[in-house]
Amino acid sequence: MDQSPAARENRRPLSPHLQVYRFALTMAMSIAHRITGAGLYAGTLLLAWWLVAAATDAASFATASWFMGTIVGRLILFGFTWALFHHMLGGLRHFVWDLGYGMDHPEREYLAQGTLIGGIVLTVLVWVVAYVVR
Amino acid sequence: MAHNSSSIRTAVARVRHLGSARAGTHHTWRMRITSLALLPLTIAFVWLILSLIGKDHDAVRATLGHPFSAILMLLFVPTGVYHMMLGMQTIIEDYVHGEHARTFSLMANMFFCAVVGLACVYAILRLSFV
Repeated sequence: MDQSPAARENRRPLSPHLQVYRFALTMAMSIAHRITGAGLYAGTLLLAWWLVAAATDAASFATASWFMGTIVGRLILFGFTWALFHHMLGGLRHFVWDLGYGMDHPEREYLAQGTLIGGIVLTVLVWVVAYVVR
Repeated sequence: MAHNSSSIRTAVARVRHLGSARAGTHHTWRMRITSLALLPLTIAFVWLILSLIGKDHDAVRATLGHPFSAILMLLFVPTGVYHMMLGMQTIIEDYVHGEHARTFSLMANMFFCAVVGLACVYAILRLSFV
């Protein structure tokens, strides 16, 4: 057998990946935390566009405002709002873990449920307020 | 980091305080600091955006140019962009394995964050001072 350092590296045990695990809400929330983070990353382009448009002139601002008002724009903004709150609550959950709490069963399940439900509730709440104050 | 087999340092001395990424806890710590700062800043940001819904261009300019919102945005944007740069770095390190692809992705991440961050900051300052 090849005993070069590279070959020895390759025989190190691999950690089991996603597909070998039974679905768990905590796992789904961990994945969702990463996906919402990546979504927010892309979403900053929209924030940059909107801010630069507001700083440029009325016509640019009108274009940006028009896009955000379309169905597609609203869906993206709704998704951005949810990603923001979901990720924020996910971060809060990480702080609970950092302090040494909430890692046992059933606390971790409650935290996962809280992240999921809280994110949806806050998103709907903000959009209800948005439509009321409009 | 290259492994020097002639070194008299023990294996544990080489990894102590550094971890598998050879960078210690610096990344994690900065992630936590930016997370903590972003909690109140994000709530304030959402509040600010809600207050701007349905407003015309002049009103939006006036609000964003007000010191209170401008300072909030100048705190929120760089903190958020730095936080997301760290996060995307972790995602790249986890999923992009080719040496060149990884280096390119890590660079692209920094460039993207620099462009987005500076564009936002420039716009906020222009709304404040022009």
